[in-house]
Amino acid sequence: MSSDDKPSEKPLRVSRGFVDHIPHNKALGMQMLEFKRAEAVFELPYDEKLVGNPDTGVLHGGAITALLDACSGAAVFAALTEWSPIATLDLRIDYLRAGEPGKTITARAHCYRLTRNVAFTRAVAYHDDETDPIATSMGTFMLGTKPGGPPKP
Amino acid sequence: MTLVERLAEAKRSGDCQALLDIIPYSRFLGLQGRASGDELITTMKFSEHLIGNPALPALHGGTLGALLESAAIFELLWRAETIVLPKTITLTVDYLRSGGPQDTHARSIVTRHGRRVANVRVEAWQADRGTPVATAHAIFLVMRE
Repeated sequence: MSSDDKPSEKPLRVSRGFVDHIPHNKALGMQMLEFKRAEAVFELPYDEKLVGNPDTGVLHGGAITALLDACSGAAVFAALTEWSPIATLDLRIDYLRAGEPGKTITARAHCYRLTRNVAFTRAVAYHDDETDPIATSMGTFMLGTKPGGPPKP
Repeated sequence: MTLVERLAEAKRSGDCQALLDIIPYSRFLGLQGRASGDELITTMKFSEHLIGNPALPALHGGTLGALLESAAIFELLWRAETIVLPKTITLTVDYLRSGGPQDTHARSIVTRHGRRVANVRVEAWQADRGTPVATAHAIFLVMRE
């Protein structure tokens, strides 16, 4: 069994806190669907208050930015074997196509490299088909930043 | 009225707040617009629902990204001669320090405005303008459909 296969209990305990104890994630109506081995899956249900173009009903890019940021951060926590405070260093988002009004957006993030100081993430946002993405992102996170404490379980 | 007509109307009246209020997501974030001299300042009024880390407390990184992206879009709408709703192609945010539970301001500079694409740099700060909390550069598609 490789170290990757070991369930990391500590991150799992904070998993529910990603939504329940983070006011902005809650305000957006985000849900966490998966949290395991350096991966996290979040979903953002469609909501009229998040619309960027009232003519078309398409969600604002900012809501997708928040979803990808939250999901990427969770993927870093899912990769850690010991809890550490993290901070986003940078996040690049490519908007590939407009989201469809009324449909939930799902994001899957993977922390594909973890060093002592920095974590690297990739994420994709889509409706039903991950191979037909709405947006993709690349992020870097600093580990061991000023402690604020983990989100409470 | 279509979105573009409403935006053009808000622009004609010189009311940048009206321009912001047309977009539902701007109201959700609590964005306020202010034209001061040559500058257009977009402010995200602090509210509890913007918090991403309640322990510090600090703003959610997504809210800073959204403020920067919105400020860039408003700069393009405000400056352009003909209104086209800019479509974000790519947005890159550098997070410089955590955003405290207070108002955050943003200011954009259009570095290039071509026929199809516009490049914009944006900076966000809180109490001290010389100490930015986040910066971004964004590329927009700015052509009529």
